[in-house]
Amino acid sequence: MGTETYQIDLGNLMAFDPSHHFPSVPSAREDLVKECLHKGTELVQEIANALFSLPSTEDSDGPIVHLPQPSTRLPREKHLPKPKPPTKWELFAKAKGIKKRKKDKRVFDEQTGTWKRRYGYDRVNDDNDVPIIEAKLTDEPGEDPFAKRKAERKKRVEKQEKNRLENLKQAMKAGALPSHVQLAATALPVTGSQKEAPKKASKEELENVAGMAATATASGGKFDKKLPGEKAPKHTGKYRKFLPVVEGKGMGNQERQQTEKILNQLMAKSSHDILDVNKAVTMFNVKKEKQRKKEKDREAFSTSTKLKPKNKSLKKSSKKKK
Amino acid sequence: MLKIKTPKTHRAKRALEKRAPKLVENGKKTLILHGTKTSNLLNSVLTQIYHLKRDSAVKYTKKNENIRPFESGGETSLEFFSLKTDCSLFVFGSHSKKRPNNLVLGRMYDHHVYDLVEVGVENFRPIESFEYDKKITPQIGSKPFFAFIGEGFESVEELKHLKEVLLDLFRGEVVENLNLAGIDRVFVCTAISSTTVFFAHCALRLKRSGTSIPRMELVEVGPSMDLVVRRHRLPNDSLKKEAMKTASDQPQKRIKNVSSDIVQGKIGKIYIPDQQVGNMPLSNDIKGLKRERREAKKNKVNEEDQSKKRKMERQ
Repeated sequence: MGTETYQIDLGNLMAFDPSHHFPSVPSAREDLVKECLHKGTELVQEIANALFSLPSTEDSDGPIVHLPQPSTRLPREKHLPKPKPPTKWELFAKAKGIKKRKKDKRVFDEQTGTWKRRYGYDRVNDDNDVPIIEAKLTDEPGEDPFAKRKAERKKRVEKQEKNRLENLKQAMKAGALPSHVQLAATALPVTGSQKEAPKKASKEELENVAGMAATATASGGKFDKKLPGEKAPKHTGKYRKFLPVVEGKGMGNQERQQTEKILNQLMAKSSHDILDVNKAVTMFNVKKEKQRKKEKDREAFSTSTKLKPKNKSLKKSSKKKK
Repeated sequence: MLKIKTPKTHRAKRALEKRAPKLVENGKKTLILHGTKTSNLLNSVLTQIYHLKRDSAVKYTKKNENIRPFESGGETSLEFFSLKTDCSLFVFGSHSKKRPNNLVLGRMYDHHVYDLVEVGVENFRPIESFEYDKKITPQIGSKPFFAFIGEGFESVEELKHLKEVLLDLFRGEVVENLNLAGIDRVFVCTAISSTTVFFAHCALRLKRSGTSIPRMELVEVGPSMDLVVRRHRLPNDSLKKEAMKTASDQPQKRIKNVSSDIVQGKIGKIYIPDQQVGNMPLSNDIKGLKRERREAKKNKVNEEDQSKKRKMERQ
């Protein structure tokens, strides 16, 4: 049978009998199982003896005992957390002897005479709330002091972000990055040249490129099979605007206006010269392009002196041909 | 150029902090998966192990052909899965002519393979083949008892390793307080020979005995199998040393402003900033300062005074 000393690890509820050995393994499976269970019962009884003799507190569900630490040491699953290296400010504060002071959440605002938060919504000394900034002798006349304050604040915030990034880089080097922070590389570091490596294409850029590629097909991308979640390509090309064949009541004499405009421009420029048809044609095309971009000018255009119906001269004799 | 990425929701932040390395760790989770070829027996072994460890295990159903735990390059997939599911224990099953019904039990340290034990399963009896009273079925997640029998566990290195791995696998969470009414199950492992271990899972029945300590009775419920140790890989010494480091090696943080007295017990000190009550300006929207309320209160006080006076006069 063996000696009665078992190694008991109460923290793990484990018992180990190091002295048992089978003099002969029973051939029948059932006998083997029975013997193992019998031995097991003895061991479990030993653990239970030790367990029930621990001081227990009564609870609604049953008696609760406080288990000791497990004696068998098992490996950890992750490394021990490393201590954070001190940040630049912490080093400076330690060197100078600056102690942290506990700040109150509410501060009395002199301007409004109420208690406001130190930071956040509706805070003390908010830059947006300042109504008047008194001018100083050192101020230049053309400078906007409000814009200046905003720019200063932006600079301060950027500097703080840069310092924070530096501190986190130091922590990463020491292997002690806080668990909720990740540092991601936005661009490849290029050695030598000053130029930045090509940035990752943004979502909009990719959509545009996909749209362009789609329109390169014979049917203009209309019948392409779309991936789930892909939106229809945005139409970035320009349509030609054709004037209506039959003009309605509300619209002005658009076709006439168009031809008048072109002719007057042609004739105004080439009043003394012989008309160069090619040049005239290119000028005509360029003007038309510009017209499409500036459609609003038509209103202003209609009030200009050039195109009042009375002033036009459409006599055939004034047209000059080469 | 580096960009700081932080989680945008509290839920994501809590999920990240749960997976971060800590002084006192969470319970280890197990990943159960199989390779290219499995037998029926092995499938049922894997499912039954999953049932034993229901809450703290993840079972994958797909075949993974590029996982070979004992080869140097074949562990990358395992490490990736371990990283994604935050599991530091794995049970990998495979079946081949050379190694039939093969189970590889492994542990991870920092999501890299720490050690491995390869066992073959023989004489497997599933849960369904046992007949027992359903009332004593162990609950999921209850802390098990362990009984290791046999001198082989001490003398043979492979069995020693297997003992450690089995303990780690089935131990569950490390708890400080245990409810004695909730002890359900026991794992009995017997070293039959220098290579084989008989593994059985039994339910515990506590019987009334004369003393306050109940009498234990084991009833076989769960899967029982013979584990034949085939190969194993121990961790390197340096890795082992690092993994065995405990938090008690570091100095404990002193709790400030708390002291204990024999007479009074636990005493704490609270520091309040200097409140200059006389100099504090009152804000406008204190309820008590509203004129109507003030006046109403004044009148009420006057009435009370008058009624008191009358009472006094009467007496």
